[in-house]
Amino acid sequence: MSTATTTHSAVSRRERPPLLVAGPVAWARANLFGSFWSSLVTLGLTYFLIKFAVGFIDWALIKSVWTVPMDPATGKLNPEACRAAKGEGACWAVIWDKYRFILFGRYPFDEQWRGAIVIVLFLGLFVVSAMRRFWRRELVLIWIVTLTAIGVLQWGGVFGMPYVGQDEWGGLPITLILSTFGLAFAFPIAILVALGRRATTLPAVKLLCVVYVELIRGVPLISLLFMASVMFPLFMPVGLNPDKLLRAQIAIILFAAAYLAEVVRGGLQALSRGQYEAADALGLTYWQKMGLIILPQALRLVIPPLVNTFIGFFKDTSLVLIIGIFDLLTSGKVAVADPIWQAFSTEVYIMLGLIYFCFCFSMARYSQGLEREFAKSGGR
Amino acid sequence: MSSTSTDPRLSGLRAAPKKRLTLSWSDPRLRAILWQVVIVGAIAGGIWYLVSNTAANLEQRRIATGFAFMGRTAGIPIGEHLISYDPAINTYGRAFLVGVLNTLMVSAIGVFLVTLLGTFVGIASLSKNFLLSRLCRAYVEGMRDIPLLLHLLFWYALILTLPTAREAMMVVRGVFVSNSGVRVPLLIWDPAHGWAVLALAAGAAATWYARRRATAIQYATGVRPRVWPVAVAALVVLPLAVWFAMGAPFALEMPTKGRFRFEGGGSLSPEFIALMIGLVLYHSAYAGEIVRSGIQSVPSGQWEAGGALGLKRGTMMRQIVLPQALRVIIPPMTSTYLGVAKNSSLAVAIGYPDLVAIVNTMLNQTGQAIEGIALIMVVYLGISLSISLFMNWYNARMALVER
Repeated sequence: MSTATTTHSAVSRRERPPLLVAGPVAWARANLFGSFWSSLVTLGLTYFLIKFAVGFIDWALIKSVWTVPMDPATGKLNPEACRAAKGEGACWAVIWDKYRFILFGRYPFDEQWRGAIVIVLFLGLFVVSAMRRFWRRELVLIWIVTLTAIGVLQWGGVFGMPYVGQDEWGGLPITLILSTFGLAFAFPIAILVALGRRATTLPAVKLLCVVYVELIRGVPLISLLFMASVMFPLFMPVGLNPDKLLRAQIAIILFAAAYLAEVVRGGLQALSRGQYEAADALGLTYWQKMGLIILPQALRLVIPPLVNTFIGFFKDTSLVLIIGIFDLLTSGKVAVADPIWQAFSTEVYIMLGLIYFCFCFSMARYSQGLEREFAKSGGR
Repeated sequence: MSSTSTDPRLSGLRAAPKKRLTLSWSDPRLRAILWQVVIVGAIAGGIWYLVSNTAANLEQRRIATGFAFMGRTAGIPIGEHLISYDPAINTYGRAFLVGVLNTLMVSAIGVFLVTLLGTFVGIASLSKNFLLSRLCRAYVEGMRDIPLLLHLLFWYALILTLPTAREAMMVVRGVFVSNSGVRVPLLIWDPAHGWAVLALAAGAAATWYARRRATAIQYATGVRPRVWPVAVAALVVLPLAVWFAMGAPFALEMPTKGRFRFEGGGSLSPEFIALMIGLVLYHSAYAGEIVRSGIQSVPSGQWEAGGALGLKRGTMMRQIVLPQALRVIIPPMTSTYLGVAKNSSLAVAIGYPDLVAIVNTMLNQTGQAIEGIALIMVVYLGISLSISLFMNWYNARMALVER
């Protein structure tokens, strides 16, 4: 569009181009009414889009109920106004009443500022990791420090913060913890497995890695989570029973490592043989060769697919709902189980969808941008 | 070896001397063997530790082992079953089979619909129509950035807010939509229908043969004989003729509103509908993206060459671009199909009786977690493996034949 307007102003003094060749009318003729069928599609879609937009705005903004009064007798909110608008207008009062619970779950109400800081720390960590100027070895240090700080904030028990046990954690911090810690621990395992799968001189190790990756990738995550929740206690020595959250985290790490290993393997395969041979010719040992020559190049190549895989894990952590861990989705589902708000789940699910969408969409955009940049510069 | 060689110094070069394994740390083969022994030993040790813990735990908690429970009466009520099932008399084994069949059915329907919708979205997002292509891109971004489980919960909650069965909406005559699912009329089966279907199958085979023959003639002479008269005769006229010859029986069993629920007709449960909507919306976004990038990977010269031959856009898409794009599309599409099959297991969250839901109930009742989870994993590994094998075969068939 901008090029069209600049040409327009440049030639305006002499002779304007005919209206049907350049400008918005021509654009519409080419892109919206190019042929009979195209015009039909445009008109039909416009009709449905306007109808849908009007209906949605009417439901979400005009006929919606934003707050409901407190019932003085019971001290609870009175959702009568929402029930009256049911079917015609949205009841955003449920979000207003429950947003703290949805975001932080059963975390003690007065300590929820800690959860808020944890969310901010995670966001900061993501932003810093996304910036190419921080792609150095120090980034590992930043991750270790931030994840430690997050653990301290969540558990408390030091610096005057009361201790909060894992069974009280909940909401968005749990989703972020499960996905980020999952990635942080799965990544080193994934690198080892990817290297093992390509180690032709170690056939037994190679076989183990292949079996591990294919086994995990062949079964749904739910079966692994079930395994973590019902089988794991049987694996431990009699009397020792690890926490439920930790068990789910281990399952997610094992799951993530198999998928990440395949991504890393793709990067290892993309490097030319010459890199391996040059490292061998320099007389480097296996770990020097991998750590100094191969992995820095291979990992850089696979950052876009790694981000996509991470988006997948971020969404997949919601599966812990099925084994009863209080992540973002679970707390949303529990919030609408409240008898007052039972009929208004749509509103809460829309809000949850928006939160997930914001995270995933920004990561996807980032990965696409990176891919374009790599394509231009040849991955360097 | 050295007898044929004139220069004894060269003989050593012909075949490298067979190195003997030396017991020295500088021998890479010895190091490799030692490393493998250490790693395999460590993993075997870890597994042995877990197994011995498990054995001790099982003994302490007095949990039985083995699959003997499969023969006992299940007592699990299952709403939807493809084979006859009665919780009072049927065994756990049969309940398990019901679950496997439900999972297979959901996966098969899901894969079919995902392919259909995904292909449409992929092609439409490359449309010249600005509105259509933007809408398809927005659909892809919107659908795949929301967790599948949230999709399922959302659609399930939405279906449950529909009117009750008593005030069910009638969409078309005989099709009722309510919060207890969708009710549709059922065809009352008659042997004539069976024969008509048989005739249709025979017609399909005849059409396939006619197409093959037409292609062969085209290659030989350059002129393609018409196939469509054969197709119409074999696919439409023949089954209809059989049906009319047998008296053209046609009767529908209409669902009728009872006092509280429906009588008669076929039904789709809200769980099944929510699962299908969620699975198809979520995965078709991925499939659409795969189809789009596949089509874009075909060089534009192919389009231009087709245009130079005077082909229509649709013909170019079907005959020139899609066959080439398929080679790019098939491998990632395979993983999408695997994803559909594996993610159908999320049905447990909204109460559709798929394999995972039924086995989960089984292991809660019997306490035999290890056997239950092993069953789930074996079935899914089997499904994954068969999809992979089929798609590999299809991929090999579609692969570029180089001369």
